Amino acid sequence: MMSQKDLQAIYMLWLRQMKRFLRARSRVLSTIIQPLFFLFILGFGFNIAVFPGMQGSYINFLAPGIIAMAILFSSMFTGVSVLWDKQSGFLQEVLVAPVSRLSIVIGRTLGGATIALFQGFIIMIIALLLGVPIIDTQGLLLTIIIMVLLSFTAVGFGLIIASKMRDFEGFQSIMSLILMPLLFLSSAFYPINSSLPGWLQALSYCNPLFYMIDGIRGSLTGANNVLHPVIDLSIILALCIIIMGLGTYFFNKSEG
Amino acid sequence: MSIIQTQNLTKTFDTSVAVDHIKFSVESGEIFGFLGPNGAGKTTTIKMLTTLLYPSEGSASIAGYDILHQRSKVREHIGVVFQEPALDTELTGRENLDFHARMYGLTPEIRKKRIIEVLTLVDLIDKKDVLVKHYSGGMKRRLEISRGLMHSPTVLFLDEPTLGLDAQTRRAIWDYIKTLNKEKRTTIFLTTHYMDEADFLCDRIGIIDHGKIMVIDTVDALKKSVGHDVITLSCSDNVALQHRLEKESWVSNITPHDSFLTVGVERGEEKIPSIFDIARTINIRISSIDVRKPTLDDVFLHYTGRRMREQNTEMPGKKPTKSSGFHLRRSK
Repeated sequence: MMSQKDLQAIYMLWLRQMKRFLRARSRVLSTIIQPLFFLFILGFGFNIAVFPGMQGSYINFLAPGIIAMAILFSSMFTGVSVLWDKQSGFLQEVLVAPVSRLSIVIGRTLGGATIALFQGFIIMIIALLLGVPIIDTQGLLLTIIIMVLLSFTAVGFGLIIASKMRDFEGFQSIMSLILMPLLFLSSAFYPINSSLPGWLQALSYCNPLFYMIDGIRGSLTGANNVLHPVIDLSIILALCIIIMGLGTYFFNKSEG
Repeated sequence: MSIIQTQNLTKTFDTSVAVDHIKFSVESGEIFGFLGPNGAGKTTTIKMLTTLLYPSEGSASIAGYDILHQRSKVREHIGVVFQEPALDTELTGRENLDFHARMYGLTPEIRKKRIIEVLTLVDLIDKKDVLVKHYSGGMKRRLEISRGLMHSPTVLFLDEPTLGLDAQTRRAIWDYIKTLNKEKRTTIFLTTHYMDEADFLCDRIGIIDHGKIMVIDTVDALKKSVGHDVITLSCSDNVALQHRLEKESWVSNITPHDSFLTVGVERGEEKIPSIFDIARTINIRISSIDVRKPTLDDVFLHYTGRRMREQNTEMPGKKPTKSSGFHLRRSK
């Protein structure tokens, strides 16, 4: 069970991230503006393109992908930013404190998730203003649950990467090597079953991000999803538990 | 009761051995110091004892808890002031302390009281709401020390506590460490490469070099092991004089250095005339001579075969001994 002390530590780690985030104004701006660029430019650029079998306008299709992308980037950044703490030495201060490693991971994850969800909601609200429809409140609720799980998974993934790296030298290459294929095979920008060759489609089904975007699409707009949102949700939930578990395990093992 | 106990504690990085099968114990209520040059393995030892690094071999216990198998129990009983900065520079000084206090479960009243107390001690109370990234190096260091003192741990680890601080702040921090040790019976384990610091603070000292403990004893016993007095002299022919003096029964040890000799003797002030007489018989001119109580620098030299650094071996407030010029005085 979590002790009072552990809960206090979780709160403190969460609070620290909030303070840091709000003080870094440029980061607040850039993390919101970047996905907006994608939403507007891709949204308007491909608006007249016709994808066979796509229901509704392209922006309805694109919005869930961009929401997921914003959350993914922001959460992974939080996970990987453990490296900053490692380099600045602050991680040592956290690691020698008499609190469980699990509460450190939870605090960090909640902090990262709060920031990521804040960004995700801003994109979502703007998308709604652009005319992207919501099917119903249940769908909205399910969307939010998937967004939370996506964020937890991405922080966990970031923690795994951070525990395997000593500095930032490999950071850039890992980001482009992992994130780009993940994004382009996720159905964020185009439907995979109508545009990709069979073997790439198969790869897409191995991509965790695919289920998250498909899930948001199915639950939020109720159109263009491949699987039933509840199936997506179960896959995401299982994945989230595995990645968070691994993230905690690796964080636990890493030396200060 | 031994509060820290190590058993062949070893850490290897790739091919180099940072800490080599060290074995020592620290008693409850003691101030124990590791004295050694940079890279001797002091920080690595602290990191293993504070559960930040896994030992490659051997084990240790803190307050009866094993550092390998009862890591969280160990953490509950220790406080650490790291050598490298471990502050969040995007937070203010006060926020850094508040973070620490909450992580260590201090109650709100104690938290507020202690923050004011320790910030006053290190003279940062006016800067408490400034972001740490705007602090100078010295200010960061002081903030860090104050943070280590905030909760009252059973064992406090201080890794080079006064590195880079001015004399005044050093003194204030030394006094606080002494008080903490006396009044709260906090056991203190510190590392330093300042001999005056080790001399002033420590009950017992372990001299560490190349990952090995060369000797552990009280400061007085260590100094006595070198001889009751140390005569430092330079002359026109060091080698010849050394050979001649080695034949004297009252010389307990004699060591040649670059440009001078050190001679361990008893009642050094009475031996100076004898040395002059001997030198004159073999036509050697003594250019400077000095007699003093042995310092930790002499001890370090004795056990490792090299000097840790020149000078700065005296107690604060006294002038460092010069190795040139004619001195005939006894310190202490």
